[in-house]
Amino acid sequence: MTKSNIKKIYHNFIHTFPLLFLFFLAFTGFDLSFFLFENNYSFNFIYAVIFYWVLKKPERLGYGLIFLAGIINDVVQNFPIGISSINYLLLCSIAAFIRARTLMPNLLYDWILFLVGILIISSVNYTILTLVFDYPIKYGTLMFGSFITFLIYPLMSKLFDRITLIDLREENAN
Amino acid sequence: MASDAGRDDFIIAIRSAFLKKGTRQKFSLFTLLIISILVLSLEYFKSGPIHTFRSVTKDIIFKGSFFISEPFVFIKNNYYNFKEHIKMYEDYNYLKNKNYSLDSLKNENQFYKSENIRLKKLLDEENIYSNEFLLSKVLLDQQSPYLKSVIINKGFNHGIKLGVAVKEKSYFVGKIINVNFLTSRILLASDLNSKIPVIIEPNGINAILSGQGHDNYAALEFLPKLKKIKEGDIVYTSGVDGIIPQAIPIGKVFSVDEKLFVEFFVDFNQLKYVKINK
Repeated sequence: MTKSNIKKIYHNFIHTFPLLFLFFLAFTGFDLSFFLFENNYSFNFIYAVIFYWVLKKPERLGYGLIFLAGIINDVVQNFPIGISSINYLLLCSIAAFIRARTLMPNLLYDWILFLVGILIISSVNYTILTLVFDYPIKYGTLMFGSFITFLIYPLMSKLFDRITLIDLREENAN
Repeated sequence: MASDAGRDDFIIAIRSAFLKKGTRQKFSLFTLLIISILVLSLEYFKSGPIHTFRSVTKDIIFKGSFFISEPFVFIKNNYYNFKEHIKMYEDYNYLKNKNYSLDSLKNENQFYKSENIRLKKLLDEENIYSNEFLLSKVLLDQQSPYLKSVIINKGFNHGIKLGVAVKEKSYFVGKIINVNFLTSRILLASDLNSKIPVIIEPNGINAILSGQGHDNYAALEFLPKLKKIKEGDIVYTSGVDGIIPQAIPIGKVFSVDEKLFVEFFVDFNQLKYVKINK
């Protein structure tokens, strides 16, 4: 493999990173779970990925693909098919709304609105699962998981900022 | 005037978020939300062509997930192999010092089995459970706070039925909760929603084993007021539900603050092959 080919693969990887990462998370159901006070909690990385990329670079993450990732996530996690798609698309709409209303982007502002966004979609998720599907789910676990996801957002945002920068640099170099 | 302009801005922002297609976006959010709600409403169809289509879709996604997860499964398996390797010397010494007399135990067990069959015949009691078990490979290990389950590579095409028991070696693992064409989902006994009717020996006390979302143990519920249960008693499936066969060992009793729990014999993190009751 020549050097230019490796560079091309690297460039494509960086360019499609949000998409690859989203589908990787959806297909593997990857989360970092941990025990606290005898309860199991985990981060929901997908929320952070969708919120960040729809807010900052919506052209990198198509809504249709987010819908598809939701379907995959439902199958893997054994949820009623379509529920995650609704959650993700609602989060997209919140991010798109914030994008349309924001003139000066700022991490703290995004972070707080991310909390509002995930609390709304977690509530929608809980309501549909319990009222419509009679799905046994603990409200406390769900909300605490959302709160933990909120805490890691700045870290993920910084990481994605770096990736966006690398991508921009690669694009300018070509 | 200013409030009118603010409201207009708000409406424009909402309209742009829901209805406007962004660059390289093929669908608007509103369209996709409607499609999602339609897809979700299809969950009500539990049979017919929609169910078959859903089964096939799930099979495809599970296979895809299996291939994507393979490198991580490989790393995880090697990690557990390494841990076992480190413990090997310790295990060897433990086994060496333990006097098993396996042959005599085997003969004794055979004797009790034959006696049990004879006594059941005398009572005209029919064995409603099948003794046939189908070996299956674990494709995916899905363990999150909401769900402790694994996906196996056998579905209704191989004769798998809903609700049947699953074992690893001779120990209880869980039951089938979802059957597709080529794959099935096992709800592990550790899951929060798992409720298994059990019997605690040697006193023959019936109870319900309730998963706690923890990999190593589950709680005993609906115990009699006069508990004659000691730490170390063995818990087996009772078979009173008529689906899960009786006498499959599950784990050992231990207590914490007068509450009784069962430590599983199976390590749910290391399931590679399981046996499904046919």
